[in-house]
Amino acid sequence: MTVQPVVYALAAAGANMLGALAVTSRARWSVQALDAVVALSAGFLIAVALVHSTLLQRGFLPYIVASQTIPILAIAPMVVVWLGGRGLPGWFSVSVIAAYLTFFPVAINALRGLQSADPRAHELMNSYAASRWTVLWKLRVPASLPYLFAAFKIAATACVVGAIIGELPASIQDGLGGAILNFNQYYASSPESLWATNIIAALLGIAFFLVIVLAEKLVVRRAPEHFV
Amino acid sequence: MNEQAAVVSLRSVTKDFARGGVRALEEIDLDVRPREFISLIGPSGCGKSTLLRIIGDLVQPTAGEVVVNGKQAHQARLDRDYGIVFQDAVLYDWRTVAKNIALPLEMLGWDRERRSERVGEMVKLVELAGFEDHYPWQLSGGMQQRVSIARALAFDPPLLLMDEPFGALDEMTRERMNMELLRLWQESGSTIVFVTHSIAEAVFLSTRVVVLSPRPARITGVVDNDLPQPRNTDTREQERFFELVTEVRELLRTGDRSGEELRA
Repeated sequence: MTVQPVVYALAAAGANMLGALAVTSRARWSVQALDAVVALSAGFLIAVALVHSTLLQRGFLPYIVASQTIPILAIAPMVVVWLGGRGLPGWFSVSVIAAYLTFFPVAINALRGLQSADPRAHELMNSYAASRWTVLWKLRVPASLPYLFAAFKIAATACVVGAIIGELPASIQDGLGGAILNFNQYYASSPESLWATNIIAALLGIAFFLVIVLAEKLVVRRAPEHFV
Repeated sequence: MNEQAAVVSLRSVTKDFARGGVRALEEIDLDVRPREFISLIGPSGCGKSTLLRIIGDLVQPTAGEVVVNGKQAHQARLDRDYGIVFQDAVLYDWRTVAKNIALPLEMLGWDRERRSERVGEMVKLVELAGFEDHYPWQLSGGMQQRVSIARALAFDPPLLLMDEPFGALDEMTRERMNMELLRLWQESGSTIVFVTHSIAEAVFLSTRVVVLSPRPARITGVVDNDLPQPRNTDTREQERFFELVTEVRELLRTGDRSGEELRA
């Protein structure tokens, strides 16, 4: 088999797929953006809480670690059933599942970043009799930004996977997850369709990644209190 | 507060570290008068930095009393009565030179206009005009330390605590920084407590040199420094300079010996 026909087929299928996705799932982009916001802020807030209390750190960290060892495939249907049973729409469950998959690197890196400032930088703050809030805002958060952005980059790609997996039990048909499930059955006759979904997922991941890179360029080296 | 009241007053200050029960400081008594330049000198690891942090209420003494500016050390810290300079500049690397100097002013709630006016003055004082928008990593070690001194002096604290501020600099930069520090001290009229392990630096800078023994640190002796003010490059070549250096060195040795006797 030569390569060229495959490439053409992929390009054609990709174009078809993109068209189909654009028509049937305009909501998906905004949903994934929501996933990202939920996951990143959840991860960050967890880290802020943990960094201020050794007790919380000791108490909660094992659960946070455990939460990541439970296979997402096992937890995703539960989330859909629980949240669906409370009358929440399918896309909300998908967001929660994607967030569940991505808050972990953010929480762990943010925790490390919030603790990363030099002890003497803390002594300096202490010499100014700075409040916890001031230390958080003027020292811990800016010091954590490089770590946070490293985490955001991991999360940006992971949330695509999370959203796709989340769509399967949520039985959302017009999303990438539904398409993958569908094209799976026709792989023998038209492999390019399934390949196209891979490419689209990859492009989505790259797009999110680039957004983060751009944000990092804008934010880092600039104190966040001047960036709100 | 009258002119004679001490800026720093230490009474029987003792510090034991909880871990391992190591005694760092023993029965330290010291009064620092307004406008004095006091050097604390002792072998490395003797606890002189700990003593400085006790004055700044950053470390709590096990026993004894610490009064700063006529108040308990804790209250003095809450009132921002002192500025501190560390061995490394400890600049926030996401802030420019100007923003680093403005940090304590933000804490004090100064408005933007007043801050930038003050930063302008400070930048001139430490001769860094034109570098306001540079980031710390764009500056040499000596320049970074000047920023850190400007930050400590920016809010005009009555007391300046300095923990081996020039220890990481090369000899030539160090001597130049010594001159600059003396000029700043004279211009600002503040009181300085300066930790060092360089005898020459202590003698060149201070009005009094407090010599500490090895751990647990006790005051072995206090040398009154009568070298004329203002001091300059000739000061280091005066006979009296060498006499004082010898005197401090002898005291450091005495401290060493008495330490050995105690251990024996």
